[in-house]
Amino acid sequence: MNEEPRSPAGQQHQYCTFYVNNLFLGISVQQVQEVIRYQEMTRVPRAPASIRGLINLRGQIVTAIDLRCWLGMPERDSQELPMNVIVRDGSNAVSLLVDRIGDVIEVDESLFEPPPSTVEAGLRGLIEGAYKLPDGLLLLLDTERALDECDTRSSQTARAAG
Amino acid sequence: MEGLDEIISEFLVESYESLDRLDRDLLALEDAPEDRARLGSIFRTVHTIKGTSGFLALSKLEKVAHVGENLLVPLRDGELNLNNEIADGLLGMVDAIRSILSQVEASGTEGDEDYLELISRLEQLRHSPIAVPQVESAPDADEPVIADVPASPAKKASAPDSKNGESANASAAVNDQTSGSATASTAKKRRSPSSKTPSRNAPKKSSRKTTNTPAPSEVLTDPVALALPACDHANDPAVAAVLSEADTHRVPVPVNAPSVPQAMLPTADPAAAETGADRGPSLADSSVRIDVALLDKLMNLVGELVLSRNQILQFAQNSDDPAIAATSQRLNLITTELQAGVMKTRMQPIRNAWAKLPRVVRDLSNSCGKQVEVQMEGAETELDKTILEAIKDPLTHIVRNSVDHGIESPEVRVAAGKPEEGTLWLRAYHEGGQVNIEIADDGGGINLERVRNKAIEKGLITQEQAAAMSDREAVQLILLPGFSTAAKVTNVSGRGVGMDVVKTNVEKIGGTLEIQSVFGQGTTLRIRIPLTLAIIPALIVTTDGDRYAIPQVSLLELVRLEGEQAKKQIEYVHGAPVYRLRGKLLPLVYLSKALGTSGQRSAGHSEGQHSALNLDFMVARSRHLAWKGRLRNFLDGRETMNVDEAVSPKACSLGKWLYAEGLQQFGHLPKVHQLEKAHAEMHATVGKVFQKHSQGDMEAAEQLAKEVESLSHRTVALLDDLKETAEGTDAVNIVVLRANDRQYGLVVDKVNDSAEIVVKPLSRQLKGLSEYAGTTIMGDGTVALILDVMGVAVAAGLSAEHRDQIHTAGLRDTGRSSQGTQTLLVVDLGDSRRFALPTSMVARLEKVAVDTVELTDGHEVIQYRGEIMPIVRLANIFGGTDSGDPESSELQIIVYSEQDFSCGFAVNRIVDIVETELNLQKSEGRHNEYLLGTTVIQNRVTDVLNLCSLARN
Repeated sequence: MNEEPRSPAGQQHQYCTFYVNNLFLGISVQQVQEVIRYQEMTRVPRAPASIRGLINLRGQIVTAIDLRCWLGMPERDSQELPMNVIVRDGSNAVSLLVDRIGDVIEVDESLFEPPPSTVEAGLRGLIEGAYKLPDGLLLLLDTERALDECDTRSSQTARAAG
Repeated sequence: MEGLDEIISEFLVESYESLDRLDRDLLALEDAPEDRARLGSIFRTVHTIKGTSGFLALSKLEKVAHVGENLLVPLRDGELNLNNEIADGLLGMVDAIRSILSQVEASGTEGDEDYLELISRLEQLRHSPIAVPQVESAPDADEPVIADVPASPAKKASAPDSKNGESANASAAVNDQTSGSATASTAKKRRSPSSKTPSRNAPKKSSRKTTNTPAPSEVLTDPVALALPACDHANDPAVAAVLSEADTHRVPVPVNAPSVPQAMLPTADPAAAETGADRGPSLADSSVRIDVALLDKLMNLVGELVLSRNQILQFAQNSDDPAIAATSQRLNLITTELQAGVMKTRMQPIRNAWAKLPRVVRDLSNSCGKQVEVQMEGAETELDKTILEAIKDPLTHIVRNSVDHGIESPEVRVAAGKPEEGTLWLRAYHEGGQVNIEIADDGGGINLERVRNKAIEKGLITQEQAAAMSDREAVQLILLPGFSTAAKVTNVSGRGVGMDVVKTNVEKIGGTLEIQSVFGQGTTLRIRIPLTLAIIPALIVTTDGDRYAIPQVSLLELVRLEGEQAKKQIEYVHGAPVYRLRGKLLPLVYLSKALGTSGQRSAGHSEGQHSALNLDFMVARSRHLAWKGRLRNFLDGRETMNVDEAVSPKACSLGKWLYAEGLQQFGHLPKVHQLEKAHAEMHATVGKVFQKHSQGDMEAAEQLAKEVESLSHRTVALLDDLKETAEGTDAVNIVVLRANDRQYGLVVDKVNDSAEIVVKPLSRQLKGLSEYAGTTIMGDGTVALILDVMGVAVAAGLSAEHRDQIHTAGLRDTGRSSQGTQTLLVVDLGDSRRFALPTSMVARLEKVAVDTVELTDGHEVIQYRGEIMPIVRLANIFGGTDSGDPESSELQIIVYSEQDFSCGFAVNRIVDIVETELNLQKSEGRHNEYLLGTTVIQNRVTDVLNLCSLARN
């Protein structure tokens, strides 16, 4: 979205991090509006499976997308309640449902690498790349893509239904 | 100001805005003279002002703007470079325009000033490629000084230390600027006498003349014209320099020059300010342009506020504190007013949509050689901006149709005895929370015979249907798709899209379209649309634990089938469920199936409610019986019991269920309270049993145990009863909906309520789902989806092919066909004569209290669904004895309705509904115009009524 152009090594980026299944993911803090606890939501029948429902966020209706489902991972235990990472999508907002919230971390541009080719094709399209951190990899989620894809998936569903 | 023409006042508001922008642009341009885009923008602005003033016959304004434009052309084309003199000239032009505008606003005329000098100066500037400092050469002593004052300190301040002094610098600049202007205005005063010196150059003189005009009002309206020329044109670039200085430092200083002198003026000239006070704000001050997005945001916030208010009100109801009650009442009031106020900001007069219609009419009538006058009524009628946008095109289309096909050529009109000039009326008015827009012409009207023939020719209806059709119905044919080209029936060729598109567009925004036409006299189209789309009335339903909102515009009626009835009355045509609604087959759509939610409950309802219900009752019943067995054993001495537990009505399993869930779940049923009472009484009696038992009075204990037994029976009976009732509430609820031309019944679990909902669009991730029209937030803060009635029908597989079937089927039903079986309503008028009427003609059966019948002009009417409905006592027409049951306080009414007209027929008694083969015989009575014929029903001769003709008479 408002990704700054990648400049020479040494530039710092701040990422809001979270966990989905066994993945450690991050998105630029600038895209994140807020992080909130699990909210009651209204399901949307006929919507793509990854769209879990609609949340009333102070009068704004926010679509909740389950990253687990979207990344093709097994559903989370019904006891575990996901967290909402609210990201801006133009003038609207979308909630990404994640398992657990991590810290906001600052990483150096030089640690970035495009997704390794061994990563499963499905996932590879959804992440922009990885930061090699000392204690593991931080995968950068391509939110723009995430939101767009949901868009097209939903129209496909609609077409199939119609 | 009141007397001003609408167009002129709009022009004034717009021009003031443009002028402010011009000032800014010109100033910015001095900084970057090569900025072609800006030059282009300036050019266009001036051009617009020139064009509009020419149109409004403001010739001076036009002249001034014209020379300005001429000067801008070489600038824009790069033949001339902007320098101070040119900028001065242009700013002088802006000032001149401003002063003319304020004249126009104040007096309605352009004033006496002719601005000849300014014009000649601008002309000169155009012809001197390297602008000769002709103007500067004017021997005016103060000039350079004033020019220097603001410019130099600003420059100095910024020069030495640009980093540290940035903000200080900027504010210094602002101060300089203001003081500069202040100097200017004071200077002007001092210099006034000397201003008559002939050496003064053009702009000064001209502007000074304005300054010297004694009218104080003008002084206030146009401070710029005062201040700027007084300190001479040299002041402008100075201000400009200062401002651009400020600008480069990115300080949010208002970059438009006029604001400063405006602010300064009151201090500079308090007298003028005082006089100005009673004059009221100028036009530009009294209106503000606001981004619609901001309004939408406000609207959302108000919606939120309303929700919070509702919650607070609920709390307040449970509170005893009168202060809270009073405060919440005030909150309630203020919120309601705020909501209304914000709603109003979205409202615009319909004039805005009508504005271009006279032009359309003029062009079109000229090209067809007709004369048409447009008359507008109710142009002030306000409606929501989005709706306004949405009706613009349909309106244009209808108006074109009227001129093209409706109004005849002058020769034809004269021959028909009408005035040569045709008239087109545009009317708008509010009625019952809706806006009515009428487009009427006094043209040739619609030739219904030709419409019918065309429809038959096109295969839209059959010969019989056409014959059976009333005129009213026939007119509506032109709204059918495929009929568009058939508009040829009136004359000339069809233009553009057909009326069906107009109809669709109107219906899209929740409106209806209706045509009335009298052949030879004219046609009236009436559009009824809601005031706003932002808040709509909706029906809230529940299916599988989720709530959905259905826009009320598509709602026709609600049908509820209870228990057994439900199973019988829903029939299947090749697997597709249908319901006979007054003799017509209504296709049914199960919402849960259409949305694919059948069986799955929304979060929190893991089990189907129905089975849970059964379970609860059965468990409660069996446990109760088991407990009673233990009591018996206890009395027989075979078992011990915990006395406290047995006595408390809340401790046993039935009690536990009853107090934990039962009362809550079925609290609305009176039976559950009876059950609770019987159950508590039983336990109290059990207490007495124990008491007698412990006292050793076995006989009394046995006696009481018998009482317990009977109370227990009662409890169980009530429990069974409750179960039945509770399951009965699981009846089939059919919401009869209209989607385009078809009807269908949507089966939902529960019909909750109707509510006004705030419509919010679907997020882009969900845009593709045609089942939903939007989302909304319910009173409790949860989100609900708004169903798209059409989309649900499509999703459920009701294909669009049946589109017109209902329409034509409806026509057939109301027709006088005498074949096949028909469902007839048999009524009694009191004197043993039987009458019957096809149920398809019956909109509704109602019982009304006799005392609600009122009299108008000798006719009986009742208030029915917010409208006045005439009541016709059939007995009076057919000579029955109406007073069959004088004691009855109720009147049995058969409601007949057709389009927007309803009529109630009072009968003595509804005898039966029969389905029979209709073999009508012509009846030969004096009332035969009201009869379809006579037939034999249930071995009795029965007259079959024609409600259509009865209603019309």
